[in-house]
Amino acid sequence: LGHDIHFHNKKIALLEAGPRKEYDRMPDSYSNRVSSISPGSATLLSSFGAWDHVCSLRLKPFRRMQVWDACSEAMIVFEKDDLDDMGYIVENDVIMSALTKQLDAVADRVEVFYGSRAVGYTWPLPSHSCDTSPWVQIELADGRRLQTKLLIGADGHNSVVRKEAKIKNVEHRYDQSAVVATLHLSEATDNNVAWQRFLPSGPIALLPLSDTASSLVWSTSHEHASELLAMDEESFVDGINSAFWSNVNHSDFIDTAGAMFRSAISLLKPSGTAVRQLPPSVAKVDPESRAMFPLGMGHATEYVQHRVALIGDAAHRVHPLAGQGVNLGFGDIACLAHHLSAAAFNGSDLGSLKHLLKFETERQRHNVSLIAAIDVLKRLYSTRLAPLVLLRTWGLQATNALPPVK
Amino acid sequence: TVKRLFNTSHSSVDSKEMKKFQLLAHKWWDEEGEYSALHSMNDIRVPFIRDTLLNMSSSYNLGSPLSGVKILDVGCGGGLLSEPLGRLGASVTGIDPLEDNIRTADQHKSFDPVLAKRIQYKSSSLEEIVEESMETFDVIVASEVVEHVADLEMFIKCCSQVLKPEGSLFITTINKTQLSYVLGIVVAEKIIGIVPEGTHEWEKFVPPEELERLLESNGFSVKTVNGMLYNPLSGSWSWMESTSVNYAVHAVKSGAQGQPSPTDALSEMESEQPSATAGTTV
Repeated sequence: LGHDIHFHNKKIALLEAGPRKEYDRMPDSYSNRVSSISPGSATLLSSFGAWDHVCSLRLKPFRRMQVWDACSEAMIVFEKDDLDDMGYIVENDVIMSALTKQLDAVADRVEVFYGSRAVGYTWPLPSHSCDTSPWVQIELADGRRLQTKLLIGADGHNSVVRKEAKIKNVEHRYDQSAVVATLHLSEATDNNVAWQRFLPSGPIALLPLSDTASSLVWSTSHEHASELLAMDEESFVDGINSAFWSNVNHSDFIDTAGAMFRSAISLLKPSGTAVRQLPPSVAKVDPESRAMFPLGMGHATEYVQHRVALIGDAAHRVHPLAGQGVNLGFGDIACLAHHLSAAAFNGSDLGSLKHLLKFETERQRHNVSLIAAIDVLKRLYSTRLAPLVLLRTWGLQATNALPPVK
Repeated sequence: TVKRLFNTSHSSVDSKEMKKFQLLAHKWWDEEGEYSALHSMNDIRVPFIRDTLLNMSSSYNLGSPLSGVKILDVGCGGGLLSEPLGRLGASVTGIDPLEDNIRTADQHKSFDPVLAKRIQYKSSSLEEIVEESMETFDVIVASEVVEHVADLEMFIKCCSQVLKPEGSLFITTINKTQLSYVLGIVVAEKIIGIVPEGTHEWEKFVPPEELERLLESNGFSVKTVNGMLYNPLSGSWSWMESTSVNYAVHAVKSGAQGQPSPTDALSEMESEQPSATAGTTV
């Protein structure tokens, strides 16, 4: 928003609990918190000059995504026909640094309060009965007070803004935690493929960071996750390789049924089956890079109220299995910025529900089906039960063969 | 020389009209209330004013497109239109004969430090400010006002006096047709109730031909006439070809020589000699 031409005379405050993060060059080791950035999100970041900074720090484009089942041979491959990048694996710190640089560039309009925390919010009364200020009042931990026409809550899945605004949240804790780590591969390779295998305990994903390193995201039960963190490095690496390579979860029944379906497809649509590639094997893990965090899903019943808007995880929280969480948030930002820019150019009061509702409708329409689909996939792939495995095997094979469905 | 074109006992303000608005003076800023249709009209009238003025000027700052422009909002009511124009950078003077309206407008703008300085409200009729405001304003906006005035010709003459030469006059109002009676009064007031009952009298509606005639014969050149349509289901306004219900007009006061301006809006600003052609209507 600070870079938007219609906002040149506006004042924006950003309350950030963390410290300022800016890097001129990245440390040699990779951070274990990474995100898969879609091309659409990259476009958003380049629209205000942040993507250039990301590129000059570091990122890894990937061209292909292979997703397959541990209980059968079924798999699906995503790649673009032209040799375009499907997406980018970027460390979160890199994105933060790029954003910090671009915030500095508009410091006359945007004031960032690092290390700050809001301790109280006072909401305005309905607009036509105002004796008191019709704006949102915010009290900071250090005693300062701010007032604003529009409060945007981007404070994560435990959003305080959402709770204080009394917006109901539909939420559900998964019995899973995600284990992250930075891994080093046995041998250098092109490493431009993102790998994900659905184990009954949860999906394990390998995201490329460089020709010799990849990032691990392994969603599994809380107990298993704690074990993974506690075990020695060799056992940890063995566990990862086995998760990707072992066929212990296959059953003859499913394999035969899958093979039948596959030959049926290859009769009908010869190009519809692809060769399953093998992921790279892992040699060692970066010490200190192992960490875990619990997973859940959530969706706010409303994204907006008079003078309040929620974006990102504050509005919706998803399982990392689809790599979509941060991209949904970026999509929210692009949409909200678009509506606010138009409202500013019309001289409207920025906190007015009229345009905020347009943002909510547009995003809810887009988000709800995706969030539901991710939740369904998570549940579908959490089981070894033959009928469901068959269903998802055939479903995945069919989807792989049919471009429109893909 | 300044000539008084009116005598003090005759004014364009109609006291019966004032009584109607008195009752609703505090309801202006409820976006979902009685004035919701006027709130949503901002979605088309503000861009109309903004884009027309941007097209007429050669340099502008998109962050503050109307900065440096002095606007008079006649019949400003609670300030529904003054505020967005102020936010776009204009210096706005809002006048309304009803003191309660001005009080509401003043209170509402007072919470915004930027608007509080950009907008000035005065409880006054148009005639009352003419003497002290000769050729003061770049733009006059009279939105949903001319269907309430007692003497339209005098109103237009006063507009001409306070407007700088080549200044713009924007009017939105309601046509006097069968359709406007059905939609504008029967449906809007009595059936759906999107306009408070009794707000409008069909007799005072102004057909665009009549408005154009009065404008052209009082030193204005009419540049644009556009029909407007309100959709009660979506609560939103849109432009339409036909002017049979609501419409908007943009007119420009002719240059210093008092002759009708050439048709081209841009060359108006630069030319010093009036062209031989008479004023035209689009």
